[in-house]
Amino acid sequence: MSDTIIAIRDLRKIYRVGDVEVAALRGVNLDVQRGEFLAVVGPSGSGKSTLFHILGGLTPPTSGNVYIDGRDLMGMSEAERTNLRKTTVGFVFQKYNLLPTLTAADNIEIARSIARKNGKWDAQFDEILKMLGIKARLHHKPRAMSGGEQQRVAIARAIVNEPAILLADEPTGNLDTENSNTVLSLLRDLNKRLNQTILMITHNPEAAAFADRIVQMRDGRIVS
Amino acid sequence: MINKLVIENLKHRPLRTALTAFTIGMQVMMILTLVGISRGLLADSARRAQGVGADIWVRPPGSSAISFSSAGMPQGILRYFSKQPHVVHVAGMVVHPIGGVNTVTGVDLEEFNRLSGGFRYLDGGPFQGREEVLVDEFYAEQNKKKAGDVIQLLNRPWKIAGVVEAGKLGRLFVPRDTLQELTGNTGKLSQVLLKLDDSKLTDQVVASLKKELPDYQIYSIAEFTSLFTVSNVPGLSAFIGVIIALSIVLGFVVVSLTMYAAVLERTREIGVLKSLGASPGYVVNLLLRETSLLAVIGWITGILLAFGSRWAIRTFVPAYLTQQIVPDWWPIAFGVALTGALLGALYPGVKAARQDAIEALSHE
Repeated sequence: MSDTIIAIRDLRKIYRVGDVEVAALRGVNLDVQRGEFLAVVGPSGSGKSTLFHILGGLTPPTSGNVYIDGRDLMGMSEAERTNLRKTTVGFVFQKYNLLPTLTAADNIEIARSIARKNGKWDAQFDEILKMLGIKARLHHKPRAMSGGEQQRVAIARAIVNEPAILLADEPTGNLDTENSNTVLSLLRDLNKRLNQTILMITHNPEAAAFADRIVQMRDGRIVS
Repeated sequence: MINKLVIENLKHRPLRTALTAFTIGMQVMMILTLVGISRGLLADSARRAQGVGADIWVRPPGSSAISFSSAGMPQGILRYFSKQPHVVHVAGMVVHPIGGVNTVTGVDLEEFNRLSGGFRYLDGGPFQGREEVLVDEFYAEQNKKKAGDVIQLLNRPWKIAGVVEAGKLGRLFVPRDTLQELTGNTGKLSQVLLKLDDSKLTDQVVASLKKELPDYQIYSIAEFTSLFTVSNVPGLSAFIGVIIALSIVLGFVVVSLTMYAAVLERTREIGVLKSLGASPGYVVNLLLRETSLLAVIGWITGILLAFGSRWAIRTFVPAYLTQQIVPDWWPIAFGVALTGALLGALYPGVKAARQDAIEALSHE
């Protein structure tokens, strides 16, 4: 169990829409090993985004247990889940979600500032920026960057605080094939070179093929 | 970094930032200009009162030192004052309001000249007829008038006999008997000025006169001019209080709308910050810093606008208004601007802090 960074047991999530209860997750069980690159695939409404939100501490589960790096999300307060996002989990979104008023460098820096990390980032992160190919673009604002560049900045932002887990939600959903391949290759490089645990949600089988392991979700359950 | 984000957010919407700061600046200017005009007018009145050269100022029984009093003293009292020890010159006058804070003063020119040393004429000379007027240089400049021109006063035409140097008592002077007649105050005076043979005896003479005329308002010139303060004008402090309250409300409404719009516009960004681990307190802190910076910019704008309003008053209405720059009110105006702005940011701030991160991230 020491290598298991995410352990999910009978995870359920029920949303209430008016008087109607909608079960988004219906008893998910899953283990993710430290340093694993896992792709979760499934059609819309299968529950993969809900799983992503729970793992990221953005919403609490209704029942079940989720252990992230040994800590149970079920018993966490809002403040503890905020702290989890600050220290343990990094997000990459489909729409990049960079702050438009800040440069690429400042978008990365804001994540460090929220985590109360001061001073210049270290040489190792400088190497990561080179690997991501955005070192020369750091002083540009998102509007002056291509989609692929923005997504690579978003990846840099997600890992700058050295999170235990990188959660990527359809990271290539807004990119063309060439940029998609670049981003996916970078994720795989990060996984291999830094032993970064990555959980990627996608509905694209070609993207999922970059992962070490693929799990399929349907109707709120893992089916394979 | 949070400060950089605040500045970049404000720079990102320059027009909205400028308009909000300008509106906050308007509320600051409103306060500074109102206080500045109040003080300016009072100081100007005090200066002009001192410029006459009298030692003692007498107002009718029951009157206020600095209000437009009615002509409540019999003209015969001039004889009484002239017989008092140490009094060398006496001048009685009628002061009549002509709209706003402006007055016309009815003087006996010979009597007034003896007491004050006379006017210095910049154009024309003393009035010769009953319906002639002397105007001071500011009135002439503002109204583009010169000796020989005709102005309307008290619903009748008056010929300008002369333009005099400003600084003595009023801005418009007419023959006393004419003004008494026109205002139904024949034989009555609004105020009497006394000149002593030795100014050092002023307090002694004032004490003696108060003993003899206990109902009359009798002041040394120093005491009289010291009464020209905002707190001594009935209702003025309350009026300034109302303007401050209105300013807070104005700031509250403007900032509330601005920050509400900003929060709506930045819903997704707030979601991003939350996904990065920003706490609700961080988000509120961000908005409050932004609001505080707007208040600071607005405050500086307001001070500059107050200088602008003083320039406008000096240029366009020097005869009617005088505005002082009031640095001691700058911190108060800042407090008012900041209070209104922070109150206005409170609801949008709480709304942003409570925003659900998932909904925020899916916001288009």
